[in-house]
Amino acid sequence: MTNFETIIGLEVHVELKTDSKMFSPAPAHFGAEPNTNTNVIDLGYPGVLPVINKRAVEWGMKAAMALNCEIAEHTKFDRKNYFYPDNPKAYQISQFDQPIGEHGWVEIEVDGYKKKIGITRLHLEEDAGKLTHTDKGYSLCDYNRQGTPLIEIVSEPDLRTPAEAYAYLEKIKSIIQYTGVSDCKMEEGSLRCDANISLRPIGQEEFGTKAELKNLNSFNFVKKGLEHEQIRQEEVLLSGGEIQQESRRFDESTGKTLLMRVKEGSDDYRYFPEPDLVSMLIDEEWREAVRASIPELPDARKKRYVEELGLPGYDAMVLTMTKEMSDFFELTLEQGADAKLASNWLMGEVSAYLNAGQKELKDVALTPQGLAGMIKLIEDGTISSKIAKKVFKELIEKGGDPKKIVKEKGLVQISDEGELLKFVTEVLDANPQSIEDFKNGKDRAIGFLVGQIMKASKGQANPPKVNKLLNQEIQKR
Amino acid sequence: MINSIVSVRTIAEVTDTMTKITTDEVKHVAHLARLAITEQEAEQFAEQLGSIITFAEQLNELDTDHVEPTTHVLEMKNIMREDKSTGGLPREEVLKNAPDHQDGQVKVPTILE
Repeated sequence: MTNFETIIGLEVHVELKTDSKMFSPAPAHFGAEPNTNTNVIDLGYPGVLPVINKRAVEWGMKAAMALNCEIAEHTKFDRKNYFYPDNPKAYQISQFDQPIGEHGWVEIEVDGYKKKIGITRLHLEEDAGKLTHTDKGYSLCDYNRQGTPLIEIVSEPDLRTPAEAYAYLEKIKSIIQYTGVSDCKMEEGSLRCDANISLRPIGQEEFGTKAELKNLNSFNFVKKGLEHEQIRQEEVLLSGGEIQQESRRFDESTGKTLLMRVKEGSDDYRYFPEPDLVSMLIDEEWREAVRASIPELPDARKKRYVEELGLPGYDAMVLTMTKEMSDFFELTLEQGADAKLASNWLMGEVSAYLNAGQKELKDVALTPQGLAGMIKLIEDGTISSKIAKKVFKELIEKGGDPKKIVKEKGLVQISDEGELLKFVTEVLDANPQSIEDFKNGKDRAIGFLVGQIMKASKGQANPPKVNKLLNQEIQKR
Repeated sequence: MINSIVSVRTIAEVTDTMTKITTDEVKHVAHLARLAITEQEAEQFAEQLGSIITFAEQLNELDTDHVEPTTHVLEMKNIMREDKSTGGLPREEVLKNAPDHQDGQVKVPTILE
């Protein structure tokens, strides 16, 4: 990008994990058999009346506050009219001119620089059903999702690179997850994203014509789709062409964006105030009660980890990325573990194990008690860090008490000098060449000998003591 | 409060000063509602809709400068229910009124957005 500046704005939809739907008492649970979690209100039968789900309103408010939005005192719902088989009512109840939250922001960090990204609005609405298109000319509709409470978060066009868009999404996801109002699982559709992107010559104030990227199934695809779209638009503009206002989708196999449809004129949804619902008044008392229910958010935790626990900024960032990890870390500390050691294990072995198996902390047997107990055994010298890896494997796969595991498996570190001396003597006797090499100034020989001693002791020898004894003994030869 | 209620004229009485609705507007609205209408119907509806709107426009004669805008005639606010699910309809009931279904899902012609 040399001649153009990229302008990106994102629309993020997040499903709230309430028990019931936004306007009906049908269950709002993911993964049920098709068309078993729906009722006459969701299906738009004549004469039915929607009633607002109080928790959904409070959770929408909570999310809006966590994203630094101002909360509307007067708010209401509106009808957005459209015909499409994903919605049997032929309208979606949404919010038009009085969204519950406005003028928010989040701070992102990309390549070491920080930037505030504005949030235009956050509004409440209901989700639509799920369509499965066949190649035989018909589609199948499952209305379980119809009516699920949804929040739509619209960013200001403040993002300038695909990397910023990625960081923004990570931030939104992290904050919303902390508030506990949604799982934000893209693979289950509880977080979805559309991206608007346009280019303008550097120095020009007016925005260029934008394209909308839809059906982006992961944050990575958002980034890749935007990267490709940036290049495509630049090529069109440089060759004297014009960008059409259009919807495009990202093709995962080619890494390119493909035209879905050209937008002719603006959408005409004929919004009007929902006549079946009365308006809402959010007074200070209600607002502040909801505000008090917001837990400590990732940025505040990150700051605390650095300032109070003395962790490096990188550790604090990784640990606070998800609430699960951060909560696990805090519970491990409560069990008496050292902060930096706990951080190392969580960022290292634990994350590697989870990533390898595509698992989450709740899917494994490891508990904060188990991890803290193991760390204490390392600290007091009962086990070496190397042996700890064996204990860790047992803890994460089967759980249990680390002390018991160490005892049962005979993994206790050998620190007794008499016992260690036997291994040292044995190895020195077997490797006269290495002694020779050491005397000739090859320090590497020591490393080899230590390795042999550790091997002979099945990894249980206390490494600092081995080093000390070996140095003593080798001088005597 | 509104206290200057003027005498209301009937649709027949207002047709001379009628607001013009064009056939293009009628066709646009018909398209949004997915209604197929003929040219002749478009002209007929343009005239009828014009007189309906003109009739309703009598409301503009009221002085509402000191009236708070409202979106609802009721004074009620914050009518909500607790978040508790009561189970969905039996699937047979859900599919009973569907034009066609397959594998527990409603079957419709594919329409791509």
